[in-house]
Amino acid sequence: MVVHLFHTCLVNEIYPDVAMAAVRVLERLGFEVNVPLAQTCCGQPAYNAGFHPDARLAGRHTLAVLGATTGPIVIPSGSCADMLIHQYEILFHDEPEWLEKVHAVAKRCQEFSQFVADFLSGASLGGRLSARVAYHPSCHLLRGLGVRTPPKMLLQAVNGVELVTLRDEEECCGFGGLFSVSNPEISASMMDRKLSSVLQSGADRLVSCDSGCLLHLAGGLRRRASSVKVQHLAEILDEALD
Amino acid sequence: MPTFSERVRTAAGQYTLQVALGRATGQLGAQRAAAFSSLDHSDLIRDGARAVKMTLLRDLGRHLSRFEERLIANGVHVHWAETADAANQIIVDIATRRHAKRILKAKSMASEETHLNDALEQAGFQVVETDLGEYIVQLGGDRPSHIIAPIIHLTREKVAELMHRELQVPYSDDPQTLARYAREKLRGEFLQGDIGVTGANFGIIEDGSICIVTNEGNGRMVTTLPPVHVVLMGIEKLVPTLADLDLFLKILARSATGQKLTAYTTLVRGPRRAGDECGAEEMHVVLLDNGRSRILAGETAEILGCIRCGACLNICPIYRSIGGHAYGDTYQGPIGAVVTPGLKGLRDWKELPFASTLCGACQEVCPVRLEIPRMLLSLRRAAVQETATSPQLKFAIKVFARIASRPRVYRVVTRMVRAIMRRRATQGWVTEAPGLAAGWTKVRDLKAPAAVTFQEIWRRRSKT
Repeated sequence: MVVHLFHTCLVNEIYPDVAMAAVRVLERLGFEVNVPLAQTCCGQPAYNAGFHPDARLAGRHTLAVLGATTGPIVIPSGSCADMLIHQYEILFHDEPEWLEKVHAVAKRCQEFSQFVADFLSGASLGGRLSARVAYHPSCHLLRGLGVRTPPKMLLQAVNGVELVTLRDEEECCGFGGLFSVSNPEISASMMDRKLSSVLQSGADRLVSCDSGCLLHLAGGLRRRASSVKVQHLAEILDEALD
Repeated sequence: MPTFSERVRTAAGQYTLQVALGRATGQLGAQRAAAFSSLDHSDLIRDGARAVKMTLLRDLGRHLSRFEERLIANGVHVHWAETADAANQIIVDIATRRHAKRILKAKSMASEETHLNDALEQAGFQVVETDLGEYIVQLGGDRPSHIIAPIIHLTREKVAELMHRELQVPYSDDPQTLARYAREKLRGEFLQGDIGVTGANFGIIEDGSICIVTNEGNGRMVTTLPPVHVVLMGIEKLVPTLADLDLFLKILARSATGQKLTAYTTLVRGPRRAGDECGAEEMHVVLLDNGRSRILAGETAEILGCIRCGACLNICPIYRSIGGHAYGDTYQGPIGAVVTPGLKGLRDWKELPFASTLCGACQEVCPVRLEIPRMLLSLRRAAVQETATSPQLKFAIKVFARIASRPRVYRVVTRMVRAIMRRRATQGWVTEAPGLAAGWTKVRDLKAPAAVTFQEIWRRRSKT
């Protein structure tokens, strides 16, 4: 079965390894992965900044590219998935012809961890990796899409992984897209709380399903000269399967 | 007033504020979670409460007329105030006519909103706040920083210093002793009050009663001891029936403090009647609009369903980082970020809806499930349409959106940006970025873009 990867702009430009890892995990599960090469960005930055007409330009393009395919669409990002699954409906609420496309595409979209866990339906992915892992539930994945347990279950199923729970684990890390550059003091204060709970947990890896949060947290950890390794869920699963 | 970013920087520099806030909000949040876990059918109750408010708001005008009729039938004087100034003037006039000297107040957000104390003091009246937190705010010439816990920004040591200085009492930082100091002082005031002013947590349409929930009993004294009781309430604070009120009482205290009920739930239905042993001889209700009908007509109308429990403040990582004063007005936290621009317009308040990561924690704890992130997004859109935006950001977004629909151009432009960023990087990291990204590297490093994009890797892989 073919699945289409909406790799997201951030992953394409900064974290190509995340998409490669997602591809390998999906292939391991028996899927054939197709990457629609005309994809760019879903428009979330413009949408969240209040620029709806501009977000629609990116949104229409994304809908056209994804709408030309059939079958499941896998997205290695909770917030981009939430954009396609929930926010497009608001963005295109007064454009009936596009709204139809929104619905058709949205119901084919799943965030990576959700897709993998659903497919496995309780079965183990297998793999082995010795690591003490802290999982950061990103907000749009957790509260936007309601994906609470699948990433943890996938991590726990890896032989040798010890999953540690972060203090206030469901509190936002302070990334928030443009928020991170327009409100750096607040963002930093939230990041401090998150990172101190990561450091306190004794984890040697920090895993999440959103590259935005990871970019932000990795940048903060580096400035603290921390050795905690930051990874997308797809990367750690891929590493364990090697 | 300092700008939003100045207010944020002030807050960021106050270590004790961060400590006090972190502790108190964390505790309130934990108490809330525990209280809800012991409430059967809490999801249904919340859905029910939400439905009551949303139905009411759809036909608020008619409900208000019915409420007014009931109030009048109960012998209450009803006043309509379109603005804060109008509300204050109504209350000043009542006090003047009654030759009042001293006005007692129970905690009321509506009166904070209208700056009633200032108006009364300017007109020559003495105002005494009787809620412990508000009393301390008044003593210190401070402002509340949380809708239910006005002095959440103060440590008890600060309160101790303040009472010692202002009341000339022996220094003590024992909370019991501090409460006793305030109680001793306030008891005397209660007996000499000419007018009692309260807010309303709920106005019940079916019987025209006013419901006030408090923990200190001061609300009950303010409503019964002075000869005149004035209620100042927003026009949105109605519930249709006493049965509906039951739903809200189940969720309000649980959301606010983690209590099943507050210590006092007071229902007042009109002035003292023949044979009553207590109660005010004259009662007024001032119904305050002050921008609410404008909110009602817009995309954030559902914010008027807010019951002012403060749960969203306690859970909000932004509020927990900057405290209430940084929000600059009466209402703080997520609710303030929606209400303040709604009441006062976006022009001076547009930073508030942008000061959010849209994390959704507020919506998750809101007892009436207000869709706060959706409303913040709607306000952002309105802000971009109606107010001036940073030209730099506007340019970046316009360009980005246009190239995002042209994959080839997109690839060329992003390749250029990647090259620029990579040139600035050492060992794969940028520590000082230019332009918009400067805000990023102010507080963290920026991973440099990849030398080869995923799509490039993918194309190569597909060829082999």
